[in-house]
Amino acid sequence: MNEAKTKALAHFERMHLIRAYEEKLVALQQAGTAAGTCTSVGQEAAAVGVVAALAPEDTILTNHRSAAHLLARGANPARMMAEVLGRATGYCKGKSGSLHISVKDLGVVLTSTIVGGELSLVTGVSLSKTMLHEPGITTVFFGDGASCEGIFHESLNLAALWKLPILYVAENNQWQAFVHRREAMAAEQVVAHAAPYGIPGRSVDGNDVEAVHAAARQAAEVVRTTQRPYLLEVLTYRLRGHFEPDDQAYVDREELARWQARDPIRLLADRLRERDGVEAHELALVAERARARIEDAAAFALASPMPDAAELTTDVYA
Amino acid sequence: MPTLTVFEAIDAAIAEELARDERVLMFGEGVATKRADLVARFGAGRVRNTPLAEAVIAGTAAGAAATGLRPVIDLLFAPFMTYSMDAIVNSAGKLRYISGGQFRFPMVAMAMTGAGWTVGAQHNHNNEAWFVHSPGIKVVMPSTAADFKGLLKAAIRDDNPVVFFVDMALGHVRGEVPDGEHVVPLGKAAVLRRGRDVTLVSYAKTVQHCLDAAAELATRGVSAEVIDLRTLKPLDEEAILASVRRTGRLVVVHEASKLCGVGAEIAALAGEQAYAALKGPIRRLAGPDAPAPSSHALEQAFVPQAAAIVDAALSTMPSVVAEPALS
Ligand SMILES: Cc1ncc(C[n+]2csc(CCOP(=O)(O)OP(=O)(O)O)c2C)c(N)n1
Ligand SMILES: [Mg+2]
Repeated sequence: MNEAKTKALAHFERMHLIRAYEEKLVALQQAGTAAGTCTSVGQEAAAVGVVAALAPEDTILTNHRSAAHLLARGANPARMMAEVLGRATGYCKGKSGSLHISVKDLGVVLTSTIVGGELSLVTGVSLSKTMLHEPGITTVFFGDGASCEGIFHESLNLAALWKLPILYVAENNQWQAFVHRREAMAAEQVVAHAAPYGIPGRSVDGNDVEAVHAAARQAAEVVRTTQRPYLLEVLTYRLRGHFEPDDQAYVDREELARWQARDPIRLLADRLRERDGVEAHELALVAERARARIEDAAAFALASPMPDAAELTTDVYA
Repeated sequence: MPTLTVFEAIDAAIAEELARDERVLMFGEGVATKRADLVARFGAGRVRNTPLAEAVIAGTAAGAAATGLRPVIDLLFAPFMTYSMDAIVNSAGKLRYISGGQFRFPMVAMAMTGAGWTVGAQHNHNNEAWFVHSPGIKVVMPSTAADFKGLLKAAIRDDNPVVFFVDMALGHVRGEVPDGEHVVPLGKAAVLRRGRDVTLVSYAKTVQHCLDAAAELATRGVSAEVIDLRTLKPLDEEAILASVRRTGRLVVVHEASKLCGVGAEIAALAGEQAYAALKGPIRRLAGPDAPAPSSHALEQAFVPQAAAIVDAALSTMPSVVAEPALS
């Protein structure tokens, strides 16, 4: 099997795992079993393409829409789901819920649901790595909305001045909760803000996982060799609402349909069939495997105990 | 009288004040999306979506308030207010004084908080005491649908910056709400139940827990008075003191953490000004000194519940009933 095909199949499997995980959580929410979550349906290529370009020693910061980043990094969906369901077996003992899941062992640190929180923390995380002579770079995922917070500019300026090896990844999904990017951002693209700080950057089609991956590898290479920041913008679309449940009544149907037609999983499936000659039933098997794994994860989470009330006041102070 | 949910009562207050005074305007993240009806009625200039930028949302409100407008801003969830803290506390709260009284800041900053949605500590933080502790700012935290409407209307008409907290667990709770001109003055507490033996003081969702506790206490022969503060600053000291002087016993209940919380102020007030009337120890029931957990099980354990309030009330009167263990 050629290398491109092997890699594309691996991407395909990861993207399906993410999709299955989030669809299961949507179903659990609709059944009244789980609280709402922010899904990344439609944005799987961005997460998978970037995270696959990182090395194990690299560190990741993410935000409220983190499931795809975590799963792309190899997080256990059973422990993630347990966290969302508030169970003691969750990655954060049920204290986080879906919105701020960190998994330090995987290098996914300091997840914050305060929009822009990740951008304020990333400079410190990168400073530690640099001053403690630890290997690897630091990657921060943030949304187009976060780029409207003042802290975004403070972060870029400091990273440029202090020469911090940070890969900034702007996931421009066209939405900032219930407000369209157009209505909230004077610039068309987040990457426009990099140049004034002397930071190199580019934008890429965020629904083409191979394009994202190639751009992310190149960007990470620039950060590693220059030991300076870089801003990569992935242009994509939030196919579901901001937070489940959300009827998307405020979403332009035509725009949504245009992006649905560019569903990153479907784009990759087409390519695998047409370019790499993968049979449709093989692709269906991959999807089936992902769904089965997620069913097991949900069973684990649902069977897990709630945290003991004594946990209420643990972990407050070190 | 129509029956509205708390969210509907808030909507009614905003719509009525926009109609009454053309200097009133509202903005925030998603405000125009969520209130498309108000955009249609009052125009896109007076009901606006903003970028995700709380610092400049609050700063814009303070600047506009000082120079002729009466902005209402929706800051979504209370923890996000840290980004807007500078404009609210340092600008709106202080620039009147610093300028020797040249400016006034008629603005309302709204935010949701409280346990119930399992959204965790970065969406749920009962930080109302931060603002009580900041000079120049009024703080409102209602418990009933009628008060949400009446107090919000009063807040919009007030010439000072008002932080208006919405306990999110109350959003869908229904209550009778007077139509039209229903204004509840800031700084006036409500006595929701009359009683002789003990005063239960609370605000927001734990008011209902106090009412439940009072009903339970009545079955045990204890007559509890329940006071809903409604406004945390200015605090209705007279209402609290008058009640404590009659009952001689005080239990203060809130979801915010105990340390330096509003309950500490009320306990000190009673200790300083109603000492002679006190017949037992003052009790405070509050959330722990911990961030709010997400897990539903822990989240419920965070909030003082009726059973604990009953125990606390009984523990102030060991001579009346054998002292129960505080749970
Ligand atoms: C400081 C702050 N303000 C508001 C919110 C509420 N909120 C959560 S996510 C979100 C939209 C964020 O948009 P963007 O950064 O583009 O990320 P996306 O949700 O599109 O992934 C908002 C307004 C928040 N969590 N933190
Ligand atoms: Mg976005």
